[in-house]
Amino acid sequence: MEKIKFVVEKSARIDKLVHDLYAKMPEIESARGILVTESYQKTEDLPIIRRRSAAFRHILENLPIIIRDGELIVGSATIAPRGCQVFPEYSYEWLEAEFDTVATRAADPFYISEQTKAELRAVYPYWKGKTCSDLARTNMAPEAYAAFTVHGMFTPGNYFYNGIGHVNVNYRKVLEVGYRGIIAEAKAALEKLLPECPEYVRRRNFLLAVIESCEAVIVYAHRYAELAAAEAKKAKDPARRAELEEISRVCAKVPENPAESFREACQSFWFVQLLLQIESSGHSISPGRFDQYMDPYYERDKRAGKLTVEQAQELIDCIWVKLNDINKCRDAASADGFAGYGMFQNLIVGGQNEYGMDATNDLSFLCIEASMHVPLPQPSLSIRVWNGSPQDLLLKAAALTRTGIGLPAYYNDEIIIPSIMARGLTLEDARDYCIIGCVEPQKGGKTDGWHDAAFFNMCRPMELVFSNGMDRGVRIGPETGDVTTFTTFEQFYDAYKTQQSYFIRLLVNANNAIDSAHAVRCPLPFESCMVDDCIGRGLSMQEGGAVYNFTGPQGFGIANNTDGLIAVRQLVFEQKKVTMAELKEALAANFGYGITGAAAERVTREISEELKQRGVKVDERVVRLVYQEVTTASGLDPAKKARYREIKRLIDETCPKYGNDIYDVDMFARDVGNTYTKEMEKYRNVRGGRFQAGLYPVSANVPLGAQTGATPDGRLAFTPIADGIGPVSGRDVKGPTATANSVAKLEQSVASNGTLLNQKFHPSALAGMEGLNKFVALIRSYFDQKGMHMQFNVVTRETLLDAQKHPEKYKTLVVRVAGYSALFTTLSKGLQDDIINRTQQGF
Amino acid sequence: MATGRIFNIQRFSIHDGPGIRTIVFFKGCFMHCAWCCNPESQRYEIETLVENGKEKQVGRDVTVEEIMPEILADIPFYRRSGGGVTLSGGEFLTQPEFAEELLAACKDEGLHTAVESTANAPLASLERVLPYIDLYLLDIKHADSAKHRRFTGAGNERILENARYIAKSGTELIVRTPVIPGFNDTPEEIRAISRIALSLGVKEHHLLPYHRLGQGKYEGLGRKYSLDGVEPPSREKMEFLLSCAEESGLQCRIGG
Repeated sequence: MEKIKFVVEKSARIDKLVHDLYAKMPEIESARGILVTESYQKTEDLPIIRRRSAAFRHILENLPIIIRDGELIVGSATIAPRGCQVFPEYSYEWLEAEFDTVATRAADPFYISEQTKAELRAVYPYWKGKTCSDLARTNMAPEAYAAFTVHGMFTPGNYFYNGIGHVNVNYRKVLEVGYRGIIAEAKAALEKLLPECPEYVRRRNFLLAVIESCEAVIVYAHRYAELAAAEAKKAKDPARRAELEEISRVCAKVPENPAESFREACQSFWFVQLLLQIESSGHSISPGRFDQYMDPYYERDKRAGKLTVEQAQELIDCIWVKLNDINKCRDAASADGFAGYGMFQNLIVGGQNEYGMDATNDLSFLCIEASMHVPLPQPSLSIRVWNGSPQDLLLKAAALTRTGIGLPAYYNDEIIIPSIMARGLTLEDARDYCIIGCVEPQKGGKTDGWHDAAFFNMCRPMELVFSNGMDRGVRIGPETGDVTTFTTFEQFYDAYKTQQSYFIRLLVNANNAIDSAHAVRCPLPFESCMVDDCIGRGLSMQEGGAVYNFTGPQGFGIANNTDGLIAVRQLVFEQKKVTMAELKEALAANFGYGITGAAAERVTREISEELKQRGVKVDERVVRLVYQEVTTASGLDPAKKARYREIKRLIDETCPKYGNDIYDVDMFARDVGNTYTKEMEKYRNVRGGRFQAGLYPVSANVPLGAQTGATPDGRLAFTPIADGIGPVSGRDVKGPTATANSVAKLEQSVASNGTLLNQKFHPSALAGMEGLNKFVALIRSYFDQKGMHMQFNVVTRETLLDAQKHPEKYKTLVVRVAGYSALFTTLSKGLQDDIINRTQQGF
Repeated sequence: MATGRIFNIQRFSIHDGPGIRTIVFFKGCFMHCAWCCNPESQRYEIETLVENGKEKQVGRDVTVEEIMPEILADIPFYRRSGGGVTLSGGEFLTQPEFAEELLAACKDEGLHTAVESTANAPLASLERVLPYIDLYLLDIKHADSAKHRRFTGAGNERILENARYIAKSGTELIVRTPVIPGFNDTPEEIRAISRIALSLGVKEHHLLPYHRLGQGKYEGLGRKYSLDGVEPPSREKMEFLLSCAEESGLQCRIGG
């Protein structure tokens, strides 16, 4: 009988750490906001890169520090567990506006004290007009700005308001040489600088900033060493005293110096991971190939008899807990899009090494075991799969999947490696890829991938085909002609491509405007010193210092548009059962159905507002009538209403749908996907790199769906758009193999910024070793056919429905959302419903 | 080319033979077991089933050529998992000509073939199909022919005779027993079936616990479910019966 390998007993410490971490609602703290402002006020005469390092130093010298009870790995950004700091240099107005609602909002609430509010209100005036966001707006073409702020064509809001993050730095280098080593490297580069060199000024400033940042990190670690020593003296329990003394010894040594044991490597790793998220507010700071760069320390200690598997496991478990201690407060709209306090710290195990050999080791297994011990959203655990992946490792991963935590996500080496080589990576670099954030591949330590550059809602250009480029009464897209006069399907499809291509160009403009603002206002010397070849070029990452530069905006809506285009072709042009004019009316009337949920309230408000402006006296009775009409479509002529519903029935019941292994439909979906991905790859970014598309929505398919009217695939207005590259929820009726065959027909390798396929299974499908083996076979078979990524929710529908009813019983129920896992009960109702409705495969 | 009457092709089936499989459900059966979870399979006639308030036609006539593409679509999954095709029903032996053609076509493509069957059919039918079958999942429901007849509408003599024929043919044979409360769920009854299995020379005996997931379909067909109120056997009970079956020395397990 086969067995799951590396089943290690969990240390009692871990449950206590987790319990303490989730004892209360996360809190916003003011310390970093105050410190960065103090520093900026004192450094106005310096070039920006040195103002950044001075601020970083000021923060690390003064930020309150804490060692939480029972911790072995120390270093926290906030005193409150799972708290977050603020980053006013990026943007602040949204938070100030949401001070009084942030604790009570549906998605990702944060407690904020009156004192914190007052302290932040005091520093905010300094930042007026000085933020990265302010400059990004100034940089942007007005039509691009309007397209995203007013018309919701795409949302680059993440980097518009926040840091970039989305990086895997060279952790190995820090472990091997310490920050002393990096300082020495920067000093050597300084010495080599020729005074007559035209780049002297820029390079010198950058190198000085690197040195100051590294010194600041050493100071910060030493503060922890002192705190641990002081707490050790006070500790009554001799065992804890010894632990604190060891913490003190370790923090005095690393990350300043090279790590010489697994214990030291773990602490050194953690300081890097933490401090990247204090320097900037960017999320998706991804540890990447942790099993690879930590392995030498593990192997050496284990061979020398200094470390047991259980001890190593406990340290890894402690890191897993710490990864959940980091948090970020986003604006309310973004919180919907990234729901579940997502930090997207992606850590990947297994796969090939740079020589193309399998790189699986003990730590690959222990990392998976850690996610069993610490069933929390962080890290976003991933696994690389290739033909040479040991079955044991995949069975271990499948056993984790079976717990229902939504981890790990599975990635296919056999398509990702050629896909990123086609973007210019060397073979060796491509083989050494890791995953950033949700699903985005990059070569760690060499890349500024700008991976999560924007969401592009592909259903919106489709809407503009019907309105001939008009939205909310103004022209925003090209004139593609009156849709009712189109005589061929090709005309219709071309109009869609014309609309979409135009908004892709605006998206490129918006991204480049934001990118330029980060280079000018928020270059990051600390992060840059761990990414090649910033020190060599004397340039921060934000100015183009990395070897590989990309911008990756992700599109979603392939499934809806495929089904919709096919319906238009069949019903309007081939069978002529519906005229285009009828379809246009039916879409505007939401197929004769009422609007439900929050969207109904919003539409009622909008209509009431419009009535007021037309001089109608709007009282409560009128509002109630409007609401009734909106929710029941009672204002429609009954004959028309019946016809619109009949049109929806024809679409639903007589048109073929993507996701059912129908060759022609799936090949059409491939073409629809290419309208986005192949258009995107034409464009260049300001760091000397290129745009590359992704095909995944994070969780934006729900909030952005809520801004999208009815679509010709029969989707009702304001309901979610299909997630990832999978079929529309409920329309794939032939089971997971048919779905996988369909999705594998998309040209996924062009979407080199990542693709995402969600699948949902009932636990019975993974029962026993036999179930796990069949599950692994399913993944391998999808990957044989060039699928790139696959992730799974394994939880019963009944469990999720019960969790909606009794959230208090399911505080730590983790589910896969989209490219990441989150606590189910922290998600909005809409997103919860979406997860429940995803087709449940299995039985 | 023969036509066959089927009522479903189910892909990604993982409990009906090794690996990931596609099941072709034949329409029509020689027996009518009271617990049958696919009551729509029992009659050969095309029927109407009401499901979630909607009428659905059960049964369609197809040729082998028509259904092969759907079966071949999952070859990547069969290959990775050691899966293949399973003929189920109903009873596939009610349509020997079509079954032979379908099985032969699958073997031509190199697919692993299995059947779920009671083998309650003329020997001539069995002889036609057996050369194309890799795995025979044979239901033996009771050792006592009279009781067998009372609950399924047929005695067990021909089943046991055919079982011996299959066992001798060299086709891999696994005996399966649906455990039905009140019919065959005593230790003696299970032991008796295990002894038969042992005498056939098979290696495995699987016990499939009764479930009532098919109950709604009886209503949808306008038929009465005669086991109304019968509870599925508990886990403890199944474990106990498993230990009884294991006394035979066969490899036994719960579930397919």
